[in-house]
Amino acid sequence: MLEYALRRILWVIPVIIAVAAVTFFLMYRAPGGPWDREKTLPAATLASLNAQFGLDKPLWVNPDAVRELRAQGVSNPLALATAYIDSRFLNYMTGVFRFDLGPSYASKGAESVQELIARKFPISLKLGIVAIVFSVVVGIPLGIIASLRQNTWIDYLSLGTSTLGVSVPTFVSGLLLLLFLASSFNFSPIRGPEEWEGFGRAYLLPGVVLGLGTMAYMARLTRTSMLEIKRQDYIRTARAKGLADRGVVGRHMLRNALIPIITILGPAAADLVTGSIIIESIFGAPGLGREFVESIAKRDYSVIMGTAIFYAILVAIANVFVDLSYGVIDPRIRVRR
Amino acid sequence: MSHAQATMPLTREAPQSEAPPATLGALRPPRSLWSNAWRQFRRNKLAMAGMVYLLFLAVVGVFAPAIAPHNPVESDLREAGRYRQAAWIQTDDPKTTGSWSYPLGTDSNGRDVFSRLVYGTRISLVVGFIPMAVIMVIGIPIGLLAGFVGGRVDNALMRFTDIVYAFPALLFFIIMQISFGDTELGSYFNGLLLLFVTLSIINWTSVARLVRGDTLALKEKEFVEAARASGANGWRQVSRHILPNALGPIIVAGAFIVPGAIIAEAVLTYLGIGLRPDVDLNAPFPTSWGQMIQAGQSAFRVQPWLLIAPSVAVGLITLSFTFVGDGLRDALDPRDQL
Repeated sequence: MLEYALRRILWVIPVIIAVAAVTFFLMYRAPGGPWDREKTLPAATLASLNAQFGLDKPLWVNPDAVRELRAQGVSNPLALATAYIDSRFLNYMTGVFRFDLGPSYASKGAESVQELIARKFPISLKLGIVAIVFSVVVGIPLGIIASLRQNTWIDYLSLGTSTLGVSVPTFVSGLLLLLFLASSFNFSPIRGPEEWEGFGRAYLLPGVVLGLGTMAYMARLTRTSMLEIKRQDYIRTARAKGLADRGVVGRHMLRNALIPIITILGPAAADLVTGSIIIESIFGAPGLGREFVESIAKRDYSVIMGTAIFYAILVAIANVFVDLSYGVIDPRIRVRR
Repeated sequence: MSHAQATMPLTREAPQSEAPPATLGALRPPRSLWSNAWRQFRRNKLAMAGMVYLLFLAVVGVFAPAIAPHNPVESDLREAGRYRQAAWIQTDDPKTTGSWSYPLGTDSNGRDVFSRLVYGTRISLVVGFIPMAVIMVIGIPIGLLAGFVGGRVDNALMRFTDIVYAFPALLFFIIMQISFGDTELGSYFNGLLLLFVTLSIINWTSVARLVRGDTLALKEKEFVEAARASGANGWRQVSRHILPNALGPIIVAGAFIVPGAIIAEAVLTYLGIGLRPDVDLNAPFPTSWGQMIQAGQSAFRVQPWLLIAPSVAVGLITLSFTFVGDGLRDALDPRDQL
């Protein structure tokens, strides 16, 4: 078990390398540089900006720097090796592991991408927490009630809601909800920047919309797994020995039915990440998702790259967590070897 | 046998095996897996409703020029900038009040929203089905190869899918679209070709993984072993015995890939990095629902149907695919999932 856990955790490292490398090379070959303005900058300014951000270095490895050091008579192998890997790609990759994602070009280097993430991510995180809490608090009871009253109107209502939630994309439901609130109640859920400080009411509506898909998925999953367990022999035994309904449902059914819920936390993490990109833009939340969309419009490559890598790491860690929690929660699938 | 029956009268199987079901064969003609599946699919009302709606959309897409009352690209200068309301919304101003010549009103350029919606059907269907087809063409052979041959191909595939799973698809799509959007690849058909590439380039891994799993299970089955024993080569085992038996789950997966691609197109275009608007009056794919949503969001207070119509269209098409997919799963996929 421990070996498996260790292997699973270490596997995150090559995943991060691959994601960062793919992102780097896709963004590197994107046309237009970070300094493209309507007015072309003077060559001297360009050169100094490039030097400041290390954009004048070669892409892969830096043999020229080694040659230069050699000419100066340096023979320290460590210094030569450091000079050799002083390239844009390798600098970026080592930066990723030191959590240094480089300067944000739009801010002309005043703020680094990791500072931007540290400033913006808490808002997205709070939205995500609202979404998760909503999906658990609503989705699981909805699934339980539906399974206990199978084929009644409650069941159909809950199935209907969850089918809608699963299949209608959040940006459609978010936009329609916004429109509905604005036209029917003349209420605008778009709030000013000061209302996003702290953990106030501003988070409620976008958080709920963000959690709709996960909620629906949880309800469906809970219902299916409850229905399956309802027919198990040990439930019949529990009833036969005269256990009260509450005891049977709570002790015997729920506990086992909730195991599969863990499995969707991985997909849910990815879902919340991509959902927040859209939802934050719709509701004007100043989080990382909206920052990402704005950096797309501004073609601020370093922010796009850094945010994408950050999100990918987040999802990779969530996946590992899910994989490891199987074994802890369900002894039947404890992995050997 | 009769002795055993006498001592165990409660055994249920015994009487049946006693009388071979010779008469049963004459009762009805044999049903194939596919006709059985079709019977079961037909009984699912929601799935049938979804399929009828999708067929209806296909007809709308093909006959868009005959259905749309106006050209979807040409702007009517008299209507431009007025945002005429949907036909049933009456305002005091004759310039903006609803009129049945523009059933869903007009947009900022004075174009008919209904006609654009009708033409938008084409992009949604194309953007859903073409990447799905590409994903199948790439994913199925690789999955079969990895499952049947195993070894290095299998290992490489599994490692690759691990990485793909870690990278949220939408993030990858966004990066693809940005880095190729302004290149030659991104210029074909207003970016439609690039979108096909983007939507297929990593999603084949999920199909490959699915097919691999099925192949691994099927190649140990007795009927494949029998084929092997009677001298069938690898190709014949795969094409005649393994692939046909893995088709059910593949079709189900396909039914869920299509709406995913449709949503991805709408989201990317909404973010401004998907399809570009077409100015050619005779363009076969002049607009997409994602473009309409993007335009509708900025003007929804003035002309709500500019946003409602394409949003509902996207919602309905994804919902139909969910119904059809669920129906197909019940009919074809023996594995009892959601």
